[in-house]
Amino acid sequence: MSSIGTGYDLSVTTFSPDGRVFQIEYAAKAVDNSGTVIGIKCKDGIVLGVEKLIASKMMLPGSNRRIHSVHRHSGMAVAGLAADGRQIVARTKSEATNYDSVYGEPIPVKELAERVASYVHLCTLYWWLRFSEIDSHYHFKLYFFVFFTSITYCWQFHRPFGCGVILGGYDRDGPQLYMVEPSGVSYRYFGAAIGKGRQAAKTEIEKLKLTDMTCRQGVIEVAKIIYGVHDEAKDKDFELEMSWVCDESNRQHQKVPDELLEEAKAAAKAALEEMDAD
Amino acid sequence: MASNSDSVSDTQRSLYPYVTGTSVVALKYKNGILMAADMGGSYGSTLRYKSIDRLKPIGKHSLLGASGEISDFQEILRYLDELILYDNMWDDGNSLGPKEVHNYLTRVMYNRRNKFNPLWNALVLGGVKNGQKYLGMVNMIGINFEDNHVATGLGNHLARPILRDEWHENLTFEEGVKLLEKCMRVLLYRDRSAVNKIQISKITEEGATLFSPFSLKTCWEFSAFKNPTVGAEGSW
Repeated sequence: MSSIGTGYDLSVTTFSPDGRVFQIEYAAKAVDNSGTVIGIKCKDGIVLGVEKLIASKMMLPGSNRRIHSVHRHSGMAVAGLAADGRQIVARTKSEATNYDSVYGEPIPVKELAERVASYVHLCTLYWWLRFSEIDSHYHFKLYFFVFFTSITYCWQFHRPFGCGVILGGYDRDGPQLYMVEPSGVSYRYFGAAIGKGRQAAKTEIEKLKLTDMTCRQGVIEVAKIIYGVHDEAKDKDFELEMSWVCDESNRQHQKVPDELLEEAKAAAKAALEEMDAD
Repeated sequence: MASNSDSVSDTQRSLYPYVTGTSVVALKYKNGILMAADMGGSYGSTLRYKSIDRLKPIGKHSLLGASGEISDFQEILRYLDELILYDNMWDDGNSLGPKEVHNYLTRVMYNRRNKFNPLWNALVLGGVKNGQKYLGMVNMIGINFEDNHVATGLGNHLARPILRDEWHENLTFEEGVKLLEKCMRVLLYRDRSAVNKIQISKITEEGATLFSPFSLKTCWEFSAFKNPTVGAEGSW
């Protein structure tokens, strides 16, 4: 399944003879090993859900947030290396506030996704970069700055981000859902899934009639999917974390209200039992 | 007046305000805080702007009233907007209360004053959180305190004596409004930069309400006005 890089996979600045950058593909594998993260676009908003695999029984429920608000109107769910994810979220928050203070309006979700993707991509280009240089490259992305390095050394000061994010927001153009991969590509979706159970989750999402669904119903469906793709054998316990941004939440990104979350969990568990009973 | 800028790169320091709002008066009542201000913005001695909103809700629990330079007030609103945004993004069920916001404003005002670049305002910050009422004031040199009733500018000299006499714990909403109107009426008569378009707002545990602007009735039929110069030697 995975071809061995043999020598072409030591640095993110090296192509392989068949045109692949192995480091980025390995970064994607880090994302694939994490708990499932799902996002769906309903007719009145976005719902994000995360299967948080619990590493230790002593962890407090509700800690280790995987979904973060990046501005009033948008939020981001992270899969993969948590520390990398924190970095991306911090940068996204900063981009969103900066846009708001310069242009006086909340950042359009499309623009935000582009900036996140640009940032993730930037960190796959160079093996050595200081943060001040990142900013100057970043905002002049129209011209290509060739950075000469001494490539004889194989010192790795930089690696691609080992996390993928699903970004959902609600702006003037309605609700939008974007997914950014470690390679720096970002596409707009009406349903997206990353992590362990993404294949099964995507199949389930495709079955849903999203254009007719409200976010309230969407929350229940997302819970069902996450409970469904959770592998009881391999990973024991998990915590479900969900957020939404929709008309009902006043177009603000926030955690799904507790009673709706409980309702969703109950419905998901009931659906599982039905499946097991068959 | 001599300019305070040292070099080309140095930013200009505020020397005097341009468009100013006049007094804000506020008091604690049974359910929360009541605050009143007029809607005028004076450009020196000209009453130039007559519809300036000087009372703004901040977050879920506070109300901010400002007198002094209007552009500095707008800048303060931007700082507070960012503060509340970051507070909301934690999404952890907590939110900044009036005491915290007042403290933040005090730090901002005092630090700016130390750099000789003050935000030329006197701010009134009131709110209710978890049943606790809070009313405080901070001005451009960083003086801050909390009390049961506060006022800025001329309100300190004209309104607060009235409040000291007539304020008591557990005023009802109607009593509070009447008391505020009494203060604003005196200010309207005596303050040259007052405008007869008053806004009252209240904040309670449920949230902030801004009432529509109204005008106060004034009386000019005093006998002393009929023949104002009687008794003034040498007048005509």
